[in-house]
Amino acid sequence: MAERLFKEGIAAGRLSPEAYAENFGDLHPSLDHHEAVVESDRCYFCYDAPCMQACPTTIDIPLFIRQIGNGNPLGAAKTIFDQNILGGMCARVCPTETLCEEACVREAAEGKPVQIGRLQRYATDTAMAQDRQFYERAAPTGRKIAVVGAGPAGLACAHRLAMHGHDVTVFEARAKAGGLNEYGIAAYKTVDGFAQAEVDYVTAIGGIAIENGKALGRDFTLADLTGRYDAVFLGAGLAGVNALRAEGEDAEGADNAVDFIETLRQAADIAALPIGRRVVVIGGGMTAIDAAVQSKLLGAEEVTICYRRGREHMNASEYEQDLAAANGVSIRHWLQPKKVIAEDGKVAAIELEYTALRDGKLAGTGEMLRLDADQVFKAIGQSFDAAPLNGSGSQIVMESSKIKVDAEGRTSIAMVWAGGDCVAGGEDLTVTAVAQGRDAAESIQRALKG
Amino acid sequence: MADIRNDFLGIKSPNPFWLASAPPTDKEYNVVRAFKAGWGGVVWKTLGEEGPPIVNVNGPRYGAIWGADRRLLGLNNIELITDRALETNLREMKKVKRDWPDRALIASIMVPCTEESWKAILPAVEETECDGIELNFGCPHGMSERGMGSAVGQVPEYIEMVARWCKQYTRMPVIVKLTPNITDIRYPARAAKKGGADAVSLINTVSSITGVDLDTFSPEPSIDGKGSHGGYCGPAVKPIALNMVAEIARDPETRGLPISGIGGVTNWRDAAEFMALGAGNVQVCTAAMTYGFKIVQEMIEGLKNWMDEKGHASLDDIIGRATPNVTDWQYLNLNYVAKAHIDQDLCIKCGRCHIACEDTSHQAITSMVDGMRHFEVIEAECVGCNLCVNVCPVEDCITMLPLAAGAMDLRTKKKVSAKYANWTTHPNNPMAKATVAEPAE
Repeated sequence: MAERLFKEGIAAGRLSPEAYAENFGDLHPSLDHHEAVVESDRCYFCYDAPCMQACPTTIDIPLFIRQIGNGNPLGAAKTIFDQNILGGMCARVCPTETLCEEACVREAAEGKPVQIGRLQRYATDTAMAQDRQFYERAAPTGRKIAVVGAGPAGLACAHRLAMHGHDVTVFEARAKAGGLNEYGIAAYKTVDGFAQAEVDYVTAIGGIAIENGKALGRDFTLADLTGRYDAVFLGAGLAGVNALRAEGEDAEGADNAVDFIETLRQAADIAALPIGRRVVVIGGGMTAIDAAVQSKLLGAEEVTICYRRGREHMNASEYEQDLAAANGVSIRHWLQPKKVIAEDGKVAAIELEYTALRDGKLAGTGEMLRLDADQVFKAIGQSFDAAPLNGSGSQIVMESSKIKVDAEGRTSIAMVWAGGDCVAGGEDLTVTAVAQGRDAAESIQRALKG
Repeated sequence: MADIRNDFLGIKSPNPFWLASAPPTDKEYNVVRAFKAGWGGVVWKTLGEEGPPIVNVNGPRYGAIWGADRRLLGLNNIELITDRALETNLREMKKVKRDWPDRALIASIMVPCTEESWKAILPAVEETECDGIELNFGCPHGMSERGMGSAVGQVPEYIEMVARWCKQYTRMPVIVKLTPNITDIRYPARAAKKGGADAVSLINTVSSITGVDLDTFSPEPSIDGKGSHGGYCGPAVKPIALNMVAEIARDPETRGLPISGIGGVTNWRDAAEFMALGAGNVQVCTAAMTYGFKIVQEMIEGLKNWMDEKGHASLDDIIGRATPNVTDWQYLNLNYVAKAHIDQDLCIKCGRCHIACEDTSHQAITSMVDGMRHFEVIEAECVGCNLCVNVCPVEDCITMLPLAAGAMDLRTKKKVSAKYANWTTHPNNPMAKATVAEPAE
């Protein structure tokens, strides 16, 4: 085992099967009944609760917690799903420490908020384990609506539209629905095929047809959709990955973190996944953390995150940073990549330059650092690829390189709505995407009834 | 160091913490464990007359209600008096008293309401050299259907009669244990005194059903699908017991009658409160049944610590100290004006004070000030009801501040008077008197 653990370069099978199973098990197992009841009693049932205000989907958190505490987890699940049909995934991936749990008055009182995320998971897991459906479709309206992208925004939109009796077709470029829930989130946050189980749970309402392998701009145009459907919702996500703009970044072993995470999520056998002995991750967001932690869990000996600004500027929450540190990932700040150094075409090291803020602007100091690395992951952000849209014939107004929408999710094109990561001003959170998809559906409903 | 030795009717015990007559005091084994743990005395589980032993149900004997995390708040039981032979109990009592001479040992007794029955058992009990007897006129379940327990305690004439028999047939001090399942506790207490009883002890358990099984629709505890009311005890009954102790302590007819306080005593503070209201000592059961006998250590040390802090040298310094402060509503000072005050540094902004006041009381607490979440008392609306204090999850965050004499009460727009004035002279009282009546001393 030891020789495999320290094998130079990028190699698979660094760990024992038990170690892989342990490393990629559930990060936070579900609360059991007693734990849930005890935790629920910590909730003060606040007036106009701050947690609820902090939730992008405005789940009635005090109510669902009180329902759990009084032996009604199914009622709690319905309270959650009323606002957020992807409440199960959000319970797993929401950065609660910067949303509901940060706002929890217990955080102010004792630095220990009610574990809202885990209580939400307890309730939603209970309902989903029983395949308990809470919603019935309204009488068929005969209206047909196209949704582009089966990620959180698209699914939330489709579910709400189906509730209103419309027939929804979801066009998904990839082989599976779920979007980032399926392809872009660390494996230990959503084990046992939960993302697909959730897709099945959401679509079980009926009236939602998902067409996989159908990409906008390749297989159909926006004009096709506006011509054939009564309304269109764009929930396309971010297809582009930002480049490092460092010399030599095309070397073998310099990969996109999102691709690595996707491969890992789709792997039938995690032990077969190769990973470097020394891994450097460039970036400061959740993707950087997910890639770094999973590198470590795959058996990399040294994993270093390099971020060009300070700890306080990182997009990754403090909780995520601590998670990385606890897993043995080093996080280094004020370093920007300059050059990927390759030997025989393969990554051997990365050269970075120290940075500092000068007059409020980030600048290189000229001082250099070289880190040996077999593998470099690029996690400095994703971007919206507008080409498929513009190629479709209709110009859509953009803002900051993303689709511009109004408060209801309406784009500049009539009867076309958008939501999720592809719209301007988003927070790149699952929960925000769900809120936007849901609200766009309600806006579509109003427009169709109007 | 405070001296907490207890003298109750001349019965000495090293501390005022006795175990009440109940399962913890049913036999030598338990009682010896209790004494080893430090309990000052025990009232042995109620003895019945000679004859075939008592039969208990073979299903559950207890029901309960809980707070979160299963903290036991109230316990109910349908167990009867001792189901062991009288002779066995008497033999063990004698041995225990001989082995533990410094501890109080009281015999609880319940026999049919005839002179012969009491006359027969008393000499046998006296034989044990125990320190006194407690007449169980309180048990509300089972035995009461047979004309004993609370069936006697609910008829003052019976109490007086039996107390008199006991005083006649034994030299031992007689304590009458009272049932709370009556309308006015003063009547049975007066009857006990009239019959010559040396003391009363209270409260016995409260008739109760702890819950209903919503699958089977059986009351709890359920015995083969049926339930019978039990006797309720534990922390939940303490306020009821405190009031009844105080009523007897301040009743001119029973004032000075020694009281052994019972009902939800769980810690030193509960004990101190009972004694402050006039109890000469306390009896404990549910707390021991929940946590075991070791709790007495906390009670002993806690009581001493408090007495030392406050400069109380002995129990006589605290017994009855709160009794004169218990009065009738009509004598409360209507010129005392207090307003709630929220400490903004301690406030965690849960808003419970606001919604309680807004929905159910006087609309006297803000929720939003200048667009910010902010909870503040509107003095012009605050009636000083104390509800916000009671629902606030943070201790001492909301306090009631009395307005000084001469200060303006923004609600009534009147200056606070320094004068004591009560309902007896209030202009709205059709029975108002010309001069302020004060409670009789």
